[in-house]
Parts: sequence; C-alpha cells; structure tokens
Amino acid sequence: MTAAPDPERGTADGFQDAWSNLLRCQSMSLHPRSLRRITASTTALLQRATQESPFDAAPVEQAAAQLVNAHFTDLRLLAGAVDLLQAQALPDRRSTAMAGAFAVGWAAALRDRTLREQDSIRIAVDAARLEAEEALRASETRFRALFETAAIGIGIGDIDGRILAANRSLLEMFGARLEDLQDRKVDDLVHPEDTPDVWTAYDELVHGKRESFQCDKPYYRGDGEVVWTHLTVSLIRHEDGSPRYQVAMMEDITDRYRLQDRLRHQATHDPLTGLPNRAAFFERLEQLFDTAGPTTRFGLCYIDLDGFKVVNDSLGHDTGDQLLIKVAGRITTALAPTGHLVARLGGDEFVVLLEDTRDETEAVEVAQTVLAALDEPVHIGGHKLAVGASIGVLERRVASTTPDAAVRAADLTLYRAKEAGRGRWTLFNAQRNARMVSRYSMSVRMPKALDRGEFFLEYQPLCALADGSLAAVEALVRWRHPLLGVLGPDEFVATAEDTGLILPLGRWVLEQACARAAEWPRRFGTTAPQLNVNITAHQARSRGLVADVARILHGTGLDPRRLQLEITESAALRPQDESLEVLNALVDLGVSLSVDDFGTGWSNLTYLRDLPVSALKLSGSFIGELDGDEQPGDADNAGWAIVGGVVALSHSLGLTLTAEGVETAAAAERLRQLGCDWGQGWHFGRPMAPEAIEQLAGHFPKSP
Amino acid sequence: MRRENWTPGWIDLDTPNAARMYDYYLGGSHNFPADREAAREAIGLWPELPAIMRANRSFLRRAVQYLAGEGISRFLDIGSGIPTLGPVHEVAREDDPQARVVYVDRDPVAVAHSRLLVADDPLIKVVEADLTEPEDLLAQPEVKELLRPGEPVGVLLVAVLHFVTDAQHPHRLVGALRDAIPPGSALVLCHASLEGRPDQAGPHQQIYARTATPLTMRSREQITAFFDGFELVDPGVVFLPEWRPDLPESIEAHPERMTGLVGVGRRP
Repeated sequence: MTAAPDPERGTADGFQDAWSNLLRCQSMSLHPRSLRRITASTTALLQRATQESPFDAAPVEQAAAQLVNAHFTDLRLLAGAVDLLQAQALPDRRSTAMAGAFAVGWAAALRDRTLREQDSIRIAVDAARLEAEEALRASETRFRALFETAAIGIGIGDIDGRILAANRSLLEMFGARLEDLQDRKVDDLVHPEDTPDVWTAYDELVHGKRESFQCDKPYYRGDGEVVWTHLTVSLIRHEDGSPRYQVAMMEDITDRYRLQDRLRHQATHDPLTGLPNRAAFFERLEQLFDTAGPTTRFGLCYIDLDGFKVVNDSLGHDTGDQLLIKVAGRITTALAPTGHLVARLGGDEFVVLLEDTRDETEAVEVAQTVLAALDEPVHIGGHKLAVGASIGVLERRVASTTPDAAVRAADLTLYRAKEAGRGRWTLFNAQRNARMVSRYSMSVRMPKALDRGEFFLEYQPLCALADGSLAAVEALVRWRHPLLGVLGPDEFVATAEDTGLILPLGRWVLEQACARAAEWPRRFGTTAPQLNVNITAHQARSRGLVADVARILHGTGLDPRRLQLEITESAALRPQDESLEVLNALVDLGVSLSVDDFGTGWSNLTYLRDLPVSALKLSGSFIGELDGDEQPGDADNAGWAIVGGVVALSHSLGLTLTAEGVETAAAAERLRQLGCDWGQGWHFGRPMAPEAIEQLAGHFPKSP
Repeated sequence: MRRENWTPGWIDLDTPNAARMYDYYLGGSHNFPADREAAREAIGLWPELPAIMRANRSFLRRAVQYLAGEGISRFLDIGSGIPTLGPVHEVAREDDPQARVVYVDRDPVAVAHSRLLVADDPLIKVVEADLTEPEDLLAQPEVKELLRPGEPVGVLLVAVLHFVTDAQHPHRLVGALRDAIPPGSALVLCHASLEGRPDQAGPHQQIYARTATPLTMRSREQITAFFDGFELVDPGVVFLPEWRPDLPESIEAHPERMTGLVGVGRRP
C-alpha cells in the first residue's frame, strides 16, 4: 500500500509546533540545546510512525522512552502527548494507535526508570552504609586499641550502674576478672572513705544533671586490699540527650595516696601516743567553727597531768613516755563511747573536743570521766605511778568565741584548776577569764615553763668593800622563754606573784640554790659565800614558806646561817601583816633576812627596829646617780650624805649594809670610805652561771 | 575536624531526608516511604511545591548556563543532593565539554548516589563535607584543587542555606567561601524566603523540623546580605522565575508564588 499524499500538510506542521511547545513547557531544567535535540529526535520518530506502513508502534514507544529518560516524567506530559497524538488527522485510526503506543512506551520506560532509580538509591544506601560501617569499624578498632592498651583504667557502665566493659588496666587495678565486675554494679563499689560528694555527683551524672565529675576515690580490690584512684566519670547521652552510658577513667594513685596518707598522718598525729596532734586538733576545731550554726555549742576539756615532771625527772624520759602512752590510752578508752576527739597538744597536755553539746554538764561529765579514768595508778616497769590531772572545762556557744580564744580560755581555766589544788576540774568563768587573759602571755606559759625546765638560776657576787672578797651571792631566776628569749625576774615575777605561781617557782629557786650552795663550804671552806635568795610579798605571807625552807635546808644540808632571804620593803614593813609571823619563824630556823631595794619606797624607819632583819640592801638606783670622788657637785654631795646617813642608821641597828648598783671602782672606794660593808653591781660582777660564780669563789684563798 | 560517624544512624531510612524529598518533588524515585510521606504531606499543605522545585531546578540550569556563557567552566555545587534532573555538569558541558564540577553534600546517601552516577567521569568529583564546617570543606583535596587560584569558579548554594540555622551563622559560612574563591568567581544562591507566601512559612518549616535538616526561611534583606563582597548580576535578588527567563513569557502571573529568592553575584 502506497502512502497517500498527506492532505493536510499544514496540520503536520501544526503538530510539530504543538509538540515542541509541549516539551518546552515540561523541560525547564533542560538546556535549550538539549531540548532542541530531544525535540528533533522525538519528532523524527513520531514522523516515522505516521508514515510507515504498516503501522509500527516501536518508534512511538522509543520516543516516549527517550522523553522519560530525559526526565520528562511528569504525568502532564503524558496527558499532553496523548492529546496531541490523538488529535492528528491520520487515517486508519493511526492517531489512536500512536497515542496508545506512546502511553505504553512511556509507562514501560517510567516503570524501568522507577525501578532503576529505586535500585540506584538502594545501592547508594548500601554503599553509604558500608562506608559508614567501615569508618565505624576503623574508629572502633582505633578505639578498642586505645581502650585495651591504655595505661589508665577505663570502664563503661549503663545508667543503672551495670558494668558493661572494663579494660585491662582497670582489671589489673581491681585485681578482678571482667566477669567479676560484670556481676556488680557501680553502686556496690562504695568505700567507707568515700566523700559524700562522690555519690551525690554520681547521682547527678546518671540523671543527666552533669556531664562529668572528678575525684580521688578508693576501691576494694578483689583481694580485699584498697586501691586509690583518681577518677573521672563522664556521661554519654543518647542522640535525644537522655543519659545512655557512663564512662569511668581511673588512674591508680595508691602509692601517691599512701605516701600522702602517711605524711598526713605524720603531720596530724602525735608519734608517741598516736593521738591527733595539736595541728589536727586546731584543724578540727576550726572546721567546727566554720560549719557551726548560730546556736551550736561545743566544749573543751583542757587536761594537764599533775606531777608529770617528777616522773620524768625521777624515773627517766622512757618511763615518762610510757606514762603518756598509758594515759592517752586510758583517756581514749574512757571517752570512746562518746566519740569526742582526744588530742595531745604537747608535753603532758591533752584536750578533748566536744561537738554539738547541750550544756555545761556534758563537758563536766567528760572531765569527770577523764579524772576517774586516771584514778587508778599506772603500772610501768614495776612502778606504780599515781597520775592525777587537772582539767579546765569550757562549754560555750560557738558564735560567742573564736578557736584561739576558746583554747586560751580553757587553758586559763585549767590553770585555775591547778591553782586550786590539782586533781580537779574547773569550769570556765567569763569574768575570771577576762582578768586572766591580760596576763595570759606570761602566766599561761609559766606553769608549763617550770615543768619544762625553762627557768634557770644565775648568781651575782656581793663583795666586801674592805677587801673586795666574795661575801655572798644572790641567786637570780631567769626564764628562757621559748618565744621571748631570756627574761629577768623583773619581767615575770610580778605576774608569778599575781597568779600565785610564785609559790612553786620560789620553791624551785630555793631548792636549786640551796642544793648548790650546800656544796660550797666543802669546796671553799670558810670563804664560801653566803647565799641570798629573794622572797616576794606573796611568799612572805604564805604559811607554807617556813615549812618549805625548813624542808629544803634539811633536804640539801645547807647551813641555815649561810642562807639570807631578801624581802622587799613592801613585804617587810607591814608588821601587822601575818608576814611578820612568817619572818620570825624563818629567823627562828637560823636563816637571816635582809631588806631588799631599801630606799626606793616610803619606809617607816622605826619598823626596822622591830623587824627580825640583819641586813639592808641600798637600792642600786640610789648609788647609780652618784659620781666618784672627783670634783663632786652639790647634788652628789647630798647624795653621798644620804648614803652616809644610811650607813650610820644600819650600823646603829646592827645591820650589814650592801650597796647595790656599784658600777665603778670610784664608787666602790667612796662607799668603802663611808663605811658601807658590802657592794653589789657590775663593778664586782654581773649575774653569772653557777659554774662561773664557783670559779670566782675559788679564787679567794681558803681560810685555814 | 572531620566528624566521625560513630553509628550508621545517620543513614536512617525511616527519617525523611531533604535530598530525597526534593527528588520526589521533581518526580524522581530516589526516595523511600518516609521521604514520600513527608513530601506528600508538604504538597498537601502547599500544592505548588513541585512547581517551586522545578522552578528552582530551572533557575539552577539558567544560572549555570549564564555562567558557562561567561566563560566559567569550574563549578562547586554545595548541597548538590541527588542531582538527576539537569545536573550541573550536563548543563555546563553544553558549552564546554571539559567543564569540571565538584559536588558536595553532607548526606552520605546522596554522596554515594552521586558517585555511582559519575563514577567514570574524571572531571567530576563528589565530596562528603558539610557547609557548616567550612574549614573542613575547603580543606578537601578535590575542593582545594578546584579552587586553586587563576580560574574563576561558580559556587552554587542552591536551596541549601535555608538548611543552615541562624545559630550556625550562615553569613559567616558564605563569607568563608567568598574569601576562598579566586577573583571573578560567582556565587549562585537560591534561598527559601519568608516573602511571597508568609502563610506557608510556618507549617512548611514544621514539616522540615522532622528531618535531619530543619528549614530556616529568611527575609529578602537577610538573603541579599549573603552577597556581601559580591557584585550582583542583573536583575539582582528576585523571585525564582524572574531571574533571566528563557523567554519573557516564561514568567507566570505570580512569580512571588515561587517563593525562592535567587541571585548571582561575582567576586570582583
């Protein structure tokens, strides 16, 4: 069959225009040149289909497929194309056949394309997954290598605390197998020394309230030992932010910790008794003050052993140390049920810290418990030692004081217990404390100073003005104060007098000086100097003085006639006082008395006649103002005249006169000329060590 | 620093994915049920979306065509997605068969797919990188090679910046790219705009909030500001169909309905 000439050539041109227009509208993403190509190509195919006989659907289907493959996938294109193809004025229903063929070709190509695209996107997903997994595997491999070979211990747990993984270092640290740990939960790894913050922080972490925390934490190892770790715990969250895992990284710091621990223990504990030391006590006390509320009360029992020094001196330091250990043991045992802190402050001083007390009775009970615990004698190396203690008890509101003031007050209160006669407790008294605090720096140390042997004696020569020979020596007490250096009697005797410490101190001076002087007659014969010892007003009024002197003379074997007690005018010139009785009793013992520092106070000279004194010592301030013999001025003349008068007065009363403060040979000569008996001062010698004064005494020939 | 993919969770076919939704709008089948469902929902709310996407694709083609006509033969397509419809290299090669293109996307599936498409083409590279990490993006060897000084480059940020949130400082990111490209290079920008259809902005952004890439529509001012340091090519920043149409009649009655604002700028 021959193709009939196209009766409507114009119609075919009209189709081509409509076709390219359809494609253009559907091809906004296509380059105009591409569009032209596909338009030309599909137009040619369709053209072929209109002309070929018999009708062949293939070119139409091919055109449809080309369009689908060139992204003409919109259904509106299909609709438009079918419309156009059907509208062609072609014979034999060819228009319909073409439209059908186009729809078939388009659908088949689109189905292919869809399947191809689904395939390609799935392949892309697989490829992407593969790559991601490979990256993950690579990073996992790196992580695992890091995890396994890390020197620090790493453990991973879930949010419930189940331990999921642990690396080799961690297992070694814990001395455990992974199975052992996997049976346990993080919460089980509690150690009694954990600070409460650790578990608070842990709780916050697993609840997502914090990202990480760090601390030092001990763990029990599998073998029961303790391993100390520096621990860092971090939270890993789900993508939605909810907590997922916890990662613990720990460094074994056991060695460092033990060293620190040991150093800390050493720093905070008394090596002898094992009790917390002074530093630890103050640390705890300051902590208490830092954390106390406005109504919090606390108590202190300041304990000092009675007569510890005697034990130390007579039985040796080893026994003393043993005693301290036993005493510490007794106190801690007795107070163990109360849980109070017992510390050793030094020497034979202990302190008990009571936290959160209700009232004073609680602190008093503790003091009574301590005293009761020391009731029974302590057995040490065959010795049965009765140890007592004095206790200062203080119980106050934390807000009313400071750590330092509280300890000072307790110490002063203790001192009152000592003063009141030892073996007892005394309760803090605010008024008394205030009075005592002003003298604190001296008085608080003095009792201990005596026990610690901080006092010592020097001797100053008193020489006969006639021949310069050594007539007597005056014992002068010195205090080698640990902070202030060596103090003279004028710096601390007044305080000792006020606090009453003068009694034990005076006793000690007498004991020391008499023991020494007792040796002198044997060594120096009749030229052995007389011993002068000062007695204060307080001592002079003390009934115990006479007995003390008698006991000491007896104990040391010193001839009473070799002892002269120097009393101040204020002590001596009050006959109505009980001191007169004491002075008489002393004289009865064979001891002589002299009035010290004569001329400085207002002396009612008539009493000199009634006092049992045998010597006067003219105040050094008196002589020091006078020059020697050369060109004496009027004032000097008057001064010397007074000295002359005192010489006359002394002699008329039968008293030996000593001039103090003799600093020059001229003064000594003038005094000699005036008839003064003895002189004392730098011209004859400063106060010196016993050995030095004994050497001086040895220079004078022994009398036959 | 390169982000490590610790889990393959990023490749999650149950979460709608912007690149695959885009493919669906354009009539492609490179997508999964979750993508289609989200795309259909979006179309239900805003039936013009496929047309907007086609207009977007058309703009991309016209812009590349324009730049190729200006002699640019190197292109950096950032956020290239699944570029089956009128991909840059096909358009560019109409003018210069030696044109080179580097496709960049942060979606590993889109990257894998693009690699499948162009596996045998030595002039085309596909890089997995993230616009929000410009130092890393610019440090990729293929990108560095493309941006080497001398020859101008067409940088395409077509329908990608609205997936960068304000907190990620999109202007700073564009500035980083601008500073890295040779003089004479061009910036091609298409950005979802709050103008035109403000009624659609809210719900539309909500649909994208479910994807891994939430949508941030911006104002004309904000979009124009991306061209700081560039000289805008005529007609400046306009709605999608208004930019150098193939024929004057290609601009339909309501160009503002194609809410994307577009522009091309040249770096002096």
